[in-house]
Amino acid sequence: MELICPAGTPAALKSAIEAGADAIYCGFNDETNARNFPGLNFSRDEMRRGIALAHRSGAKVLVAINTFPRAGGVDLWHRAVDDAVSAGADALILADIGLMDYAARRHPNQRLHVSVQAAAANPDAIAFYVEAFGARRVVLPRVLSVPEIAEITREAACETEVFVFGGLCVMAEGRCSLSSYATGKSPNMQGVCSPASHVVYQQTPQGTNSRLGGFTINRFGPDEPAGYPTLCKGRFSTELGTGYIFEDPVSLDATTLLKGLRDAGVTALKIEGRQRGRAYVDSVVRHFRGALDALAGGREADIASLKPFTEGQASTVGAYRKTWK
Amino acid sequence: MSNSSDGRMQLSLGPVLYNWAPDRWRDFYFAIADEAPVDVVAVGEIVCSKRSPFFDDHLPAVIERLRSAGKQVLLGSLILVSQRRERRQTEELAAVTDMLIEVNDLTCLRALAGRRHAIGPFVNIYSESAAAFHAAQGAARICLPPELPLSSVAAIAAGVPDVAIEVFAFGRVPLAISARCYHARVHKLAKDNCRFVCDKDPDGLALKTLEQQDFLTINGVQTLSYTCTNLLGDAGRLRDAGVASLRLSPQACDMVAVAKVFRGVLDGRDDAEGGNRSLAALYPNVPFSNGFLHGSAGVSYLS
Repeated sequence: MELICPAGTPAALKSAIEAGADAIYCGFNDETNARNFPGLNFSRDEMRRGIALAHRSGAKVLVAINTFPRAGGVDLWHRAVDDAVSAGADALILADIGLMDYAARRHPNQRLHVSVQAAAANPDAIAFYVEAFGARRVVLPRVLSVPEIAEITREAACETEVFVFGGLCVMAEGRCSLSSYATGKSPNMQGVCSPASHVVYQQTPQGTNSRLGGFTINRFGPDEPAGYPTLCKGRFSTELGTGYIFEDPVSLDATTLLKGLRDAGVTALKIEGRQRGRAYVDSVVRHFRGALDALAGGREADIASLKPFTEGQASTVGAYRKTWK
Repeated sequence: MSNSSDGRMQLSLGPVLYNWAPDRWRDFYFAIADEAPVDVVAVGEIVCSKRSPFFDDHLPAVIERLRSAGKQVLLGSLILVSQRRERRQTEELAAVTDMLIEVNDLTCLRALAGRRHAIGPFVNIYSESAAAFHAAQGAARICLPPELPLSSVAAIAAGVPDVAIEVFAFGRVPLAISARCYHARVHKLAKDNCRFVCDKDPDGLALKTLEQQDFLTINGVQTLSYTCTNLLGDAGRLRDAGVASLRLSPQACDMVAVAKVFRGVLDGRDDAEGGNRSLAALYPNVPFSNGFLHGSAGVSYLS
């Protein structure tokens, strides 16, 4: 299985290569990619040099152009596609149907991957992308269990890639407007979710409130570290009680499921976190490189905890084992 | 066809998103057929495939009643298709040929194989190029994602002049869909044994912040806004942008009266201010919102 690693900066790209990544995914520094954070991502020049460096080291670069083009401003996304192709990208990761259509027509030999943001959650939807655009791989939503991944992969008309570590969307990816409802900024349009520009930490007699766009997302006591207010991982209340209504603030860690994913026929494993620093990239990539090598050699994987790198310092195998089903 | 030939904006009624008692559901549509000034009605359970069997018995009579009343009927497809049973259900739906299918997930598109269809607000169409792709695949009507600002709506409508563009104009706005059921979760039940607890909340389950500020609404696997979208005051701008139809999404209030208010304002019999007062009385205690259309936070309301 290929190990696909995130890079938000050229330095992280280099770290990922050195730590054993088979491929790195990254994006341009504008609204064309879904991790459009200040100070992050690649200029055209950095992209060209990053791809050249990766290729010299035998690694691939997948360029994520995975937001949905703004009406009236589609040219920006078309240029991103053209520039990624001419920079030598090994594949483009696309979410928008109009952009896939453009890329497939303009660059018929370019390898296309269907982004998780396209929410292709079953073999019929996947077949649509394969037939319409010649897509070669689909990144599966994080809402599937391992048996479901196995079933889809068996039937899928192209390769499958799944997330094994990092932030966990509980809502169907690419189909969520919670962030823009509260802040006006969304993953689909601006490439941001629960943006830091709309976060406020407020001291109250009860503790620290973490707020997003005028809504309290969580509250922490004096001894509790105040977590980041990602909207769907907040504490809320209904008439039936108070708590983490959508999802606990946990990160995905599928280290223990690698054998199951391999046996399911999955082609590639993806680590989330283009917004994370070099230390994260280095440690997490090394961890999974070791685990994959152990798996290939028939050895026990070292499942040393990646706790310092998980959200809220807790991890889960997520929907891969559907305990709530 | 960006507007009907006389330039009159259409009104459409979206599918009931909540889990209403089957008889209530049937009677709701009978009343819509008999009394509501809407041109198009989308029907079918699109949120949760587990609920579908409850409505299947009533569906033929509902469709018949709506068609007899001269309404165009659209059959909505499931928003999130993952189980084998859901794929089969979607395929069967796409085999229907005497009504337009309203596609809410691309799964359905493959089965339709280029046949004429409608597209619901759950398909990501953010630009004129995505809209043009769908038009070439046979989309005759497109209800745009509620997240879009007016500038995008206008650019898309201009880009596909042969497609009837529709905008989500009334009701709690759908914000997210998940494989996980939050009604089951808050009732401490497993999804497979959910006992259909979402039927306890015909207008959804209110979710508040820890400070008891109204925020969202839970509807099984779907999350909606707490506020009610109301684009009545924006109707003129939407018409100028080339929008052919306004969509009203059923809430647990008098939707026949809501449709009459919209029709009255669209036809110039009433002004938006008076219309808004009527809507506030018909659906009390739920604040309006229209922020998405104005390019700001969706929760906000700019008059």
